[in-house]
Amino acid sequence: MSDQLYQERIVELAKAKTGAGKLAAPTKSARRDNPLCGDRVTIDVRLDGHGRIAEIAHQVRGCLLCQASASALASVAVGRDLAGIATLRHDAERAIGRKEGEAGEPFSAFAPVAAHKSRQECVLLPFEALKEALS
Amino acid sequence: MSFDVAGTRRQFPILSAIIDGKPVHYLDNGASAQTPDAVLDAVRIYETTGRANVLRGVHRLAERATESYEKAREEVASFLGVPPTEIVFTGGCTAAINLVAYSYGSLLKAGDRILLSELEHHSNIVPWQLLRARSGVEIDMIPVTVDGRIDLAALPRLLTPRTKLVSLAHVSNVTGALVDVRAVVAAAKSVGAKVMLDGAQRAPHGPVDLPALGIDFYVFAGHKAYGPNGIGVLWAKAEHLDAMPPFMGGGSMIGRVTFAETTWAPPPRRFEAGTPPIGPAIGLGAACKWMAALDWSAAHAHEMALVQRLMDGLQKIDDTRLFGPASLQNRYPVVSFMLDGVHPHDVAQTLDSFGVAVRAGHHCAQPLMDRFDLDGTTRVSMAPYNDNTDIDALLTGVQHAARTLR
Repeated sequence: MSDQLYQERIVELAKAKTGAGKLAAPTKSARRDNPLCGDRVTIDVRLDGHGRIAEIAHQVRGCLLCQASASALASVAVGRDLAGIATLRHDAERAIGRKEGEAGEPFSAFAPVAAHKSRQECVLLPFEALKEALS
Repeated sequence: MSFDVAGTRRQFPILSAIIDGKPVHYLDNGASAQTPDAVLDAVRIYETTGRANVLRGVHRLAERATESYEKAREEVASFLGVPPTEIVFTGGCTAAINLVAYSYGSLLKAGDRILLSELEHHSNIVPWQLLRARSGVEIDMIPVTVDGRIDLAALPRLLTPRTKLVSLAHVSNVTGALVDVRAVVAAAKSVGAKVMLDGAQRAPHGPVDLPALGIDFYVFAGHKAYGPNGIGVLWAKAEHLDAMPPFMGGGSMIGRVTFAETTWAPPPRRFEAGTPPIGPAIGLGAACKWMAALDWSAAHAHEMALVQRLMDGLQKIDDTRLFGPASLQNRYPVVSFMLDGVHPHDVAQTLDSFGVAVRAGHHCAQPLMDRFDLDGTTRVSMAPYNDNTDIDALLTGVQHAARTLR
């Protein structure tokens, strides 16, 4: 099963590093750690006047899945508020088999993680950090 | 004489299993070792011919159970070269350290000092922090050298007349480094401090001559030493056990109970409240007997030849860095490495697809990772039943990860 985990789309998302880095003047920031594996995600956001994300950046010290997830999230987060990010998270959860239904893009790339329960938190950690930043 | 690795492997049923179509290359022994027939048989015999509670029953099954349980204590004691009355069965290695931190720790006073090292497993850090919060003891930390050894040159400045206990990993679970026990004991004794060693990574590699070490407390885990889960060992000198109050209260650990006052049983029962993990203890006794029968000079030479093969192979892969001692001297078969540009979890996941089991991450040693600013390492931990095919499969997997994940 593991043979298929690192499929090209996941590796490409990680390598794209969309949104990787820091914001010069973030409205909010949050860091989340996974105490089990030591993965660490810091997310900066700049919000517009309506609580929507105008700019996002992330720093990931973690595995390829965590990097790919942060990259995917940053690619579609701009213009969304807390509820909009929750919708994206549902997509990610569908992709990894935690929720019924078909996952939207770009999160369908994470479908191979459904078979690897111990790695699913790696995909969700950037969502946790972003939720905290927006809360 | 060369070590009979094939004969050893045959005693471990899981090593010949095919799991999801792949052979088992088990190199995660530092987390949990595999179990030989001798241990499985001992547990099965207890469960099928002698299962009962220990100590109190008068029927024949209870007598059998008690006899097997105490026989296991004798096997463990013999493995460590100490009297059985000084062996306390616990729920695990962590439980054993917590027992000492709680019970022996209750004899310490605010301002007394405990000396640990920077490479300790969290289980030899957090119980002392809990004690610090309860009683106001202070914790000092011996730094680690660049090659992942406890820096004993720092001992003289860190030991004070208030230092009451030095508690260190006998062998590092990250770097495999063996601590120089003689130097630690000599320095600790010069200020009257006691010494505890966490033997979790040392006990699986053969009998330990505790009297020769001159220490005060020793702990290890059953499941890392080819025994069952849910069992660990605390050894302490009788004089310490005699002075220590109970850790947990309940049945078996009492002398006499009234609502006005309760008296304690003598050690080791004082520290074994409630029904102990009987089957696991019997299994651990069998594991100690199995280990004692092995030719460890040949087994250790075999293990270290695997370490050499592994280190040579890793060094041929571009951008691979070893973390830990460069030499084979004073070390045990644990090797940590990093593959630049690939997270250790991704290395380990790739290795799994080759049927190779290793551990990746911080190894419950976050202060050590912080010291070297590491996200984690990939750790290969070996046992006598590992062979060249395990190492070669791992090297193939690391090469694959280097090619595909960067």
